[in-house]
Order: sequence, then structure tokens, then C-alpha cells
Amino acid sequence: MRGLPLAAWAYVCGVVALAAAVIATSSFTGVDWTKLAVLALLFLICDSAPARLNVERARVSLSFAASLAGVVLLGAAGAALLGLSALVTGQRFFAPEKRAFNGAQFALSGFCAGTVFDLLGGDRFHPEQSRWVENVIGPFLGALVTFVLVNLLLMAGVLLLSRQAAPRELLHESGQLAVGCLGYGMVGLLIAGLWPRIGAFAAVLVLLPLFIARWAMDQAYVQQQAHAATLAALCQAVETKDFYTRGHSERVSRGSVMIAQEIGMRADRVEAIRYAGMLHDVGKLGVPTKVLQKSGSLTEEEFAAIQLHPMRGLEIVREIGFLDEALAGIMHHHEKVNGRGYPMGLAGDEIPEFARVISVADAFDSMTSTRSYRAARTVAEAVAELRRGMGDHFDPVMVEAFLRALDRDGWEPPRPVVLPDDDVVETTQQDHDDPSAPLRVAGDEARR
Amino acid sequence: MSSTQIRARRERAAWQTIDSGQLLLIATAGLFVVVAIAEVAAAGLRQPNVAIIFGVLIALGELFRMVMPGNREVAPIASAGAMGYALLVGIGPEGAPPDAPLGVVPAEHSPLQVVAVTSVGMLVGSLPHILVGRSPRPDAMARRLFTVAVVALCFRPMLTLGLPWQLLLAVMGLVVVLSCFTDVLIAAMIRAEAVRARFGIALRDEIDAKMALCAATSATAMLIAVATTAMGEAALLIFTVPILVTQFAFRRYAGIRATYLQTVRALSRVTEVGGYVETGHSRRVSRLSVAMGRELGMSEEELLELEYAALMHDIGQLSLGDPIPGGATVLASPAEQRRIAELGAEVIKQTGVLDRVAHIVQLSSHPYRTGPEALGGPGEAERPAPVPPLAGRIIKVANAYDDLVGDSADRDRGAAVLERLRLDSAAEYDPTVVEALSRVVDRRPRP
Repeated sequence: MRGLPLAAWAYVCGVVALAAAVIATSSFTGVDWTKLAVLALLFLICDSAPARLNVERARVSLSFAASLAGVVLLGAAGAALLGLSALVTGQRFFAPEKRAFNGAQFALSGFCAGTVFDLLGGDRFHPEQSRWVENVIGPFLGALVTFVLVNLLLMAGVLLLSRQAAPRELLHESGQLAVGCLGYGMVGLLIAGLWPRIGAFAAVLVLLPLFIARWAMDQAYVQQQAHAATLAALCQAVETKDFYTRGHSERVSRGSVMIAQEIGMRADRVEAIRYAGMLHDVGKLGVPTKVLQKSGSLTEEEFAAIQLHPMRGLEIVREIGFLDEALAGIMHHHEKVNGRGYPMGLAGDEIPEFARVISVADAFDSMTSTRSYRAARTVAEAVAELRRGMGDHFDPVMVEAFLRALDRDGWEPPRPVVLPDDDVVETTQQDHDDPSAPLRVAGDEARR
Repeated sequence: MSSTQIRARRERAAWQTIDSGQLLLIATAGLFVVVAIAEVAAAGLRQPNVAIIFGVLIALGELFRMVMPGNREVAPIASAGAMGYALLVGIGPEGAPPDAPLGVVPAEHSPLQVVAVTSVGMLVGSLPHILVGRSPRPDAMARRLFTVAVVALCFRPMLTLGLPWQLLLAVMGLVVVLSCFTDVLIAAMIRAEAVRARFGIALRDEIDAKMALCAATSATAMLIAVATTAMGEAALLIFTVPILVTQFAFRRYAGIRATYLQTVRALSRVTEVGGYVETGHSRRVSRLSVAMGRELGMSEEELLELEYAALMHDIGQLSLGDPIPGGATVLASPAEQRRIAELGAEVIKQTGVLDRVAHIVQLSSHPYRTGPEALGGPGEAERPAPVPPLAGRIIKVANAYDDLVGDSADRDRGAAVLERLRLDSAAEYDPTVVEALSRVVDRRPRP
């Protein structure tokens, strides 16, 4: 937070001053201080263990539940005071200006939400009356939406002014955040509803399952990371034999994701294509090493062995359940739009979308990597080759998308291969991925 | 498509191999249900609209049941709903007489009505599963029903005492803890019989696997009961939110765990496709290893690591230029075996998360007891070589057995190989592990 721009400093000071003014001018005659103390404790416990959403940096904590319970139980002034307790949060950042801003921000959100709740008539009902839930749900929803809106807007302001985030990504992330906040906020109503009967024990009953859910989510996250790491390591193991193709899977995966995002695929499909790109060549292991190492033309049988590798790959990964759509991508990544590819000779739209994406990334990485029979081509040369193959080999939509993404994000080609000095190094002489140097098959020079 | 077929086959297998303990459990539960429904039919349903709301919740929960790691079927929403119904004290303040205890209309249903409503809800919720061809797991359903019955039978008689809120909450807490123990105990008994694990180990595994979910379910059950008592049936819907979130989180966790195992299983086949080992070798070794590990009393967590290590024990061969002739590492020289294991461990270490698995693979090529001549320099002769971990010793034996027997079902060949391993044991192989192998092999169904 050091080196904050002047505008951000002014903004933070303004928010803090506003919160201070609101608290200074409110009257606290009706506030139940024991309730406030217990809720503040609850708030701090929840705030010290924020949940991890899949958005980087952003964390939603269950403290939203405590705040909203405060809105119902304590009224606007009490909720503002409750928000102030964020000043002493147990989260591990100690910058005083961050704490001040957080406290002020929660106080303001709580005050606004409380005001809306009272305006909509929520304070006229008491949980011990009959039909309390039905009566209070409307005002509560109003208060909840206000709370989340004020909270997100104040946060967005500081992130924008301190240039920690661009407006575009903020919009993208706040959608997810808002859902998490609204969900957690609803829990506040549950706590408030049970409070008159069983006191703070209501919070235990409500929050215990949520903390366990949080723990399970964290476990799931850890497992997912482990899964991705294991997959990458195993793919790497498959590649280690050939110095020239090391890292190929990783880069094809990256390229495929670039295209997928550019053409606006859904997040779960992007995730699937990430794995598909990684796994697209595992079947190459089924191609005898001597075929890959052969220099000169291949016989028909040897070419057939190479053509079979997508099927062998499919054979390996078929049982991985999450890959449903990705399987088609792996199997058909060597089909060409003109129908002259393999293994099935599909053409145009018959080729699955995943396969058309992977095909472009695959060819591009192959061309920009060093091969035993040629040096790496430059990105510009490879782009020209992709353009030449548009509509013939590649799907023009995918190529265009890739080139746009390339312009924006750039591409880091693999470092030149340095072969170790000993003689045992194995290198391949045949690269089936390279569209600029098609496999040479004896007796059929025209095959491409 | 293929995965559902496999799942279907596995389920059918589970259905066919019902053990006597399970049969007893299911029969008792069935009898219980019949008695409960007959009783309710005779005496009439008390407060039918509450019963119907809870029945619908239970049916929905049963519809969204899920399978946790270790092939455990759970239905947290149904369990929480049913237990909440069993713990229900009243049904809201609306229309309550001014002198009513706690200021609410008391709930009048009997424990048998709880059992009847729960069983009907569970059956209705299972219908869609049966319609799409997923056969139900009667043992898991019976276990869930018993848990609810324990809560109902222990708690409902307490209501006549007219306790205040604080005491009621304490009693509720005690009862749900008791029901959790019942659940875990029954599950452990079924599991011990089904997978031939010792009861103590099965119990510990169950506690490890279930405790978190049990706590969440129980807390939500109490929440549902208290909220419905205090605020009427309308509150019920909002108050199932926490358990919905929990269910979502656990579902995700279970899904990723399953995918992880699938991925390792699938990718362990690259050595087969590459022609390094015989088809099915990794999978046979892993199955054999897990059976032996269970025989030797390993816990579920250790078994998972053992399974991963067994699946990947040959992955180091990928770094070799050419496959070992025949793919059988048991016939390779000790130095070469060790190199493969080292290379494999290197690959697995790359993941950054499977360090223990890498350690197992690395030591799985080491002999059980290393003589002084096997060690490098004369100076090291005094220091005894570390004994490889149990998982490593198991994989070494399972690998040797499978290399020599292959997928042949010939029992004489198996016996001959076992004899050979026995001769080598004490130096190369751990004798107790070889004995475990012989028990596992003996138990296999004759072809």
C-alpha cells in the first residue's frame, strides 16, 4: 500500500471521515450493548478466516453474516458500530490505513443497510411474533442488497484509484463476489431470527456447517491444484525422451486456452481444453521410437503408426471422466478443414471445436520450436504459415482468434534446445505436428 | 459413456456381494419400516402438513445424495431434514394458546411417525434414481434410517418433561452426537465385512471420513428443529441454506478426488501403450497391493498413497531409451531396477504434492534387508540400510508376482511363483508381506 497515489489517499481519508461523521452524529440510546459485543466477537472470528473464492485477491468472509444479523438486531447505528470492529481484524495485514479503511467501509455499509431496513419497515416486526419470516424477508433483502452494493462500490473505488485493478476485471470479478456476499448475507437473517430464543448459540448452529463447508472448499481447492500439478508432471514424463518436444504440451495447452478465451468459451470448457491441450500427444508414446527417430522418408506402415497416435491417446485418457468434450479434441486434433487430415478425415464443421482449437496451437508451437532438422522459426514466419493454411488446414475463426490473442498477450517461444554432450541423447527426426515440413512418405510425395 | 458402464458394473457387483451383517441390517430396517407405517396407518398422521413438508425435504435430499471418497453414499440434506423432524419441539407461535410451553404449538408426532415419514421420503426420493437405472444401496439407506430412528426414539419421549430451551438444546446436542456414533459404528461394521479390514481400522477410517460431514449435518438438523419450532414451517426453507452450501462444497471435493484418481489410473497406462510393460500390469499391481495393504492393516489414507505409488511404480521406465525386454522389471538387474525407481520418483516429485508417494516408489526397488556387500563403500558397512516403508515392500512383492504370473489365471503357476517369492523372502522380500500376498491370492475366486 506504500506509494499510494494522492487520489487514493484522498479517497481513503474521505471514506474514513464520512464514517466517523456518521458514527459521531448517531444516537446510541436504543443499542443493546451485550448483543453488540457478542456480534462483534462473532464478526472478528469470521473475518479472521476468510473463505477463498476462485477470484484472486478477493476473499469473501462469513463476517457478512454477522454484519447483516447486526443490521436486523441492532439497527443502523449499532450496525455501524459493529462494522468498526473490523479495525482490529485478525487478518494478516497490519497497515493502519488498510485497517482504517476496512473499518470505515464496513461501518458505512452497515449504516446504509440499517437505514434501508428501517425505511422498508423491517424494524416493526419481532422474531417471536408469528409470520416473522414472511414479514421481514422483503426489508431484509433490501438491506442485504444495499449492504453488498455499498461494500463493493467502496472497495472498487479504492482498487481503481490505487490502480490495483482495471475496470474490466473488476466488473468480471464483482459478479462472482456479489453472489458469494449475497449468499453469506442471507445467513445473517437466520442468526437474527433465532437470537431471541437461543442467543449466541444460534450463531454456532448456523456457522458450524458453513465453516465445515469452507474447509471442504479449501480441501477441494488443494486437491484441484494437486491434480493439475500431477497431470502436468505426468505429461512432462511422457515428453522427457525427446529433447526437442519438451514443454510442447504445456505450451499447446497455453495456446489453446488463449484461443478458447478469445472466442468466449465458458469457463468450465476453457478448463477442459487446458487439460486437452496438455494431453493431446500422450498417444505419441505408442509410436515406436525408431519411427520418430528415422531420418528420411517413412514407409506406409510407419506413417500409419504415426497416424494412429491420436487414437492411442484416446485409449489412455478415455476413462478420465471430466474430459468428455476434450476427448473429441484429443482424438481429432490432426484433422484438417479440407478433410485430408487423420485419423478419420473429417472436414469443416464435422471437426469438433476443441480439435480445431488445439490444431492451431499445436502447429504454431511446433513451428516456433527448434527441431533436429531445422532451427526454430520466428513468430512472424509461423503466423504467415498459419495464415497460409487458413480454410485449408486450419479453421479461419480459430486462427484469427489466436492472432488477436497473440497480439495482445504475446508468445514466449521455447528457449533454444541445448543438447547434452553425451552420445546417448535421442532426438526425433520426424515431427508430425509441423505443417511447414509435412511427413515424407515413400512413394507418395504429394501427401501433406 | 464408458465410465457409467463401469460404474454400473461395480454397483451390481456390490449388490451381489451383500454380506450377512448387511442383510441383517437391511432386514431389521425393513421390519422397522413396516411396523412404523402400519402404526401410523392405524393411528392416523398427526399434523399432516408438517409431516408432508419434512417428507418432501427428505425426498429432495435423497434425490441429491452423493458418493464421498471411499465409495460412501451420503445424503446430508435428507439426514438433516429427517433428524430435524425427529428433534422438532413445536411448529411455530401461530395460533398457540397463551399458556403453551415455549409459547409455540407443540409438535405431536410419535417416534414411529418419524420413521414412517423418513422411509416414505427416502423411497420417493430414490424412485428417480431407479428410473434412470442406478440401483439403490439398501445398506446405506438402512443405515441412514437407523440413525434417524435413534434420534427419534431417544428424543421424543423427553418432550413430555417440558424442558426450557437451554436444557432442550443440551439434550438435542447429546442425542445427535449419539446418532453420529451409531452411524459411524454401523458403517464401520459394514465396511469391515465388505473390504475385509479389521474393525478397529475400519472404525478409524469411518471417523476420519465422516466426522466433518456428521457435524455439519447434526448442526443443521438442530437448526432446522429450533427454527421450525420458533418460527413455523415457512422458516424451514431458508434454514436449509447452510446444509445446501455444505453439500455443494463436499460434492465438489468428492468430485475432484475421484477425478484425481481417475487421472492417475489412466495415465499410469502410458507405460503399457508405450510397450514398456504388459497390458494391465499397473492396474493389477495396484489392485493386488491395495488388497495386501488392507490385509496388513493399513488405514484408508495410507492405502490411497499405496494405490498411487503402485499405479505409478513403473513410470520411470519412460525415461529409458528402450523398453526392458518383456517389460518385467523383476528380471532386470538390481542396479537397473533401482534406476527405474529413482527416475520414477523423480517424475512423481515433480508434482510437488506427492512427495510421500515418490518416497514409496523410490524405495520400492530396495531389497527388504540389505547385506553389507550391497552397500557402496566398506566404510558404510556398519550402518544398516534403512528398511523400506511397508508400502514399498508391498509394491515390490506385488510387482514381482505380477511380472512372473501376468494376467494368467493358472493357479499352479501362481503357486509356483509364490513358492519362489517365499524362497527369496527374508532377504529380498518381506516374509509377512509375502504371506499377505498368499492369503490375498488364495481368496480370489477360482476361474
